[in-house]
Amino acid sequence: MATWMFYILGAITVVATLLAITQRNPVHAVIYLVNSFFALALLFFLLGAPLVAAWEVIIYAGAIMVLFLFIIMMLEIAPGVEADRYGPNWLQWLPILLLAAALGICTLLLTGLDPVGSNGVPHWYASPRDFGYALFKEYALAIEVVSFQLLFAAVGAFYVGRPERKSKSPAGGDR
Amino acid sequence: MTEQLIMLGLILAKLGLIFIVILTLAAYLVLAERKILARMQLRYGPNRVGPFGMLQPLSDLIKLLTKEDFLPAAADKWLFLIAPGLSALTALLTFAVIPFGPPLEIFGRTLPLVVIDLNIGLLYFLGLSSLAVYGMALGGWASNSKYALLGSIRGLSQLISYELSMGLAVVPVVMMARSFSLTEIVMAQAEIPYALLNPPAFLIFLISIVAESKRIPFDMPEAENELVAGFHTEYSGMRFGLFFVGEYINLIILGSMLTVLFLGGWHGPWLPGVVWFSLKVLAVCFFFIWVRASLPRLRYDQLMHFGWKVLLPLALLNALVTGAILLWIGQ
Amino acid sequence: MHLYRDLRGTLQPFWVTLRNMFRKPVTVQYPEQRQQVAERYRARLILTRDPDGEERCVACHLCSAACPVDCISMQATVAEDGRRYAAWFRINFSRCIFCGLCTEACPTLAIQVTGDFELAGRDPLKLVYEKEDLLVDHCGQEPDYNFYRQAGIAVAAPRGGNPTESAPEDPKSLLP
Ligand code: SF4
Ligand code: SF4
Repeated sequence: MATWMFYILGAITVVATLLAITQRNPVHAVIYLVNSFFALALLFFLLGAPLVAAWEVIIYAGAIMVLFLFIIMMLEIAPGVEADRYGPNWLQWLPILLLAAALGICTLLLTGLDPVGSNGVPHWYASPRDFGYALFKEYALAIEVVSFQLLFAAVGAFYVGRPERKSKSPAGGDR
Repeated sequence: MTEQLIMLGLILAKLGLIFIVILTLAAYLVLAERKILARMQLRYGPNRVGPFGMLQPLSDLIKLLTKEDFLPAAADKWLFLIAPGLSALTALLTFAVIPFGPPLEIFGRTLPLVVIDLNIGLLYFLGLSSLAVYGMALGGWASNSKYALLGSIRGLSQLISYELSMGLAVVPVVMMARSFSLTEIVMAQAEIPYALLNPPAFLIFLISIVAESKRIPFDMPEAENELVAGFHTEYSGMRFGLFFVGEYINLIILGSMLTVLFLGGWHGPWLPGVVWFSLKVLAVCFFFIWVRASLPRLRYDQLMHFGWKVLLPLALLNALVTGAILLWIGQ
Repeated sequence: MHLYRDLRGTLQPFWVTLRNMFRKPVTVQYPEQRQQVAERYRARLILTRDPDGEERCVACHLCSAACPVDCISMQATVAEDGRRYAAWFRINFSRCIFCGLCTEACPTLAIQVTGDFELAGRDPLKLVYEKEDLLVDHCGQEPDYNFYRQAGIAVAAPRGGNPTESAPEDPKSLLP
């Protein structure tokens, strides 16, 4: 059962990503990408890493893709007005509907029937606590390096986005 | 196998019950809000349909269902059609992890009063609340109208900003309860609720969820007097209704999360757990309505300023201090 | 100090709203309770008659010229004795904004406002009032005013023969 689920979810991920690459409409591409992130999250869940699954959804689907959307909206890429007829184009609906339905069924099966093990805890299961210990004990150095990088990025962003000095006079103005 | 089937049946039964209760509650919350707001403004509020206007939600429903479902010609059709569903769905799904009572003992088996007790329940909530943005963003974008677009852009930036401080305000709770599971977080508050133990986190979370609910004083995405109706300007009929109901379901969810994380969940003297839980949730909902009656809307730059320069540093500092204290006690 | 001011400004409204919640609402429950409208309330328009029972309106079109939404229309005719009157007179109340400008403009005080505000209906065409609907058989708010006592019909009463008039000046005379 778990193997089957793995292959189905993998297929969904690949198909959704392919559709995301080939879409012309940027917002539709974002939707497919979110779909693929969902499938990925379920894969992580299936592999016994619920924490990573949650982060996949919160950070990638919930924050980064939202930023993408934000930027797409700000850039005002016109969605290319379709033929004006009432109702949606069913061919457009079809892929996302199928993908979403497959994802929904997988989620239900995963949470409801618990295909992973008889008592739901396979031996490779990583509880949040184990995960945290591993992250901050064994890989502490890597974590620190990554967080420093993020800090640099944040400082850089602050520097780039700082309010411009209005006056170039040596006194620096009297604001 | 039969064991599993029984479990599945129980889960479905709980789901159905919650579904009905939540939808009814959301409908009556609308009525309660209208009534309370009216009383605070020296009016009566709806009191014509049925005794005390109790059937008002029903008549609203009929009105919404029989109205024309308008689809703008230049809209992105399928996104426009699914967006309201998304926003109501993400709100509804969150209730799966909220424990609304202590485990029941029936026929020798324990029945936990939560649909699924995920060990990452808190993260599930955060994930879904960050997904709740999509319904609004896509709906506003797909309408192909400038008001709707402006509304959803504002909403996007607002929700992202306040999600950060909301997530960070929850960190001290996780540290104190030593678990992501909502049931265990409630268990850990048997003696003293975290609202008293860590008031800064409580306040930050409270402000963030008011912002998350997109209501006055943080209703930038809708801002009637600037953006017509913001992201749902182009929606009509039951599609608008879905957005509307989604907002109130979201209100209940946020109230329940506040109850679970900071107000001690179902714990309380004398009354049964479920009653305590509902009372607390309703009290939080009343607070939301009260806020709406009392405060004016923030300006957009004030909102961003407040989120990033006040709430976020405070939340970070609070997480740091709580962690230090916990370490010091733990030694 | 700013912080104190801001906090107070944030918290005080909560107290105000809470206090108001327990006060009695001021709403008038309309169909059951009715408010006594003010004497000079502007609502449905009427065409009044003078004390003799004649129509006051002389179909001068001043009211329809004054009307900002152009909802008054009429057709003027002249009776055999030289008196002007409206053959038909129509006010579209679904357009009227009840500004009362027509009553200000009317030289004969024929068109007047009343306090009857219950004009709602499902069919807007039913709100187009004809002369028969508008004409009442009383003098409205000016019971004594009689335009024809002042102005007369054509030259039926000699100039200076009306109650408040003095005899006309003789321009050829040199007397003061
Ligand atoms: S009240 Fe005003 S709007 Fe109405 S008929 Fe008279 S002038 Fe026109
Ligand atoms: S109602 Fe008055 S203003 Fe209008 S036509 Fe008649 S006399 Fe003239």
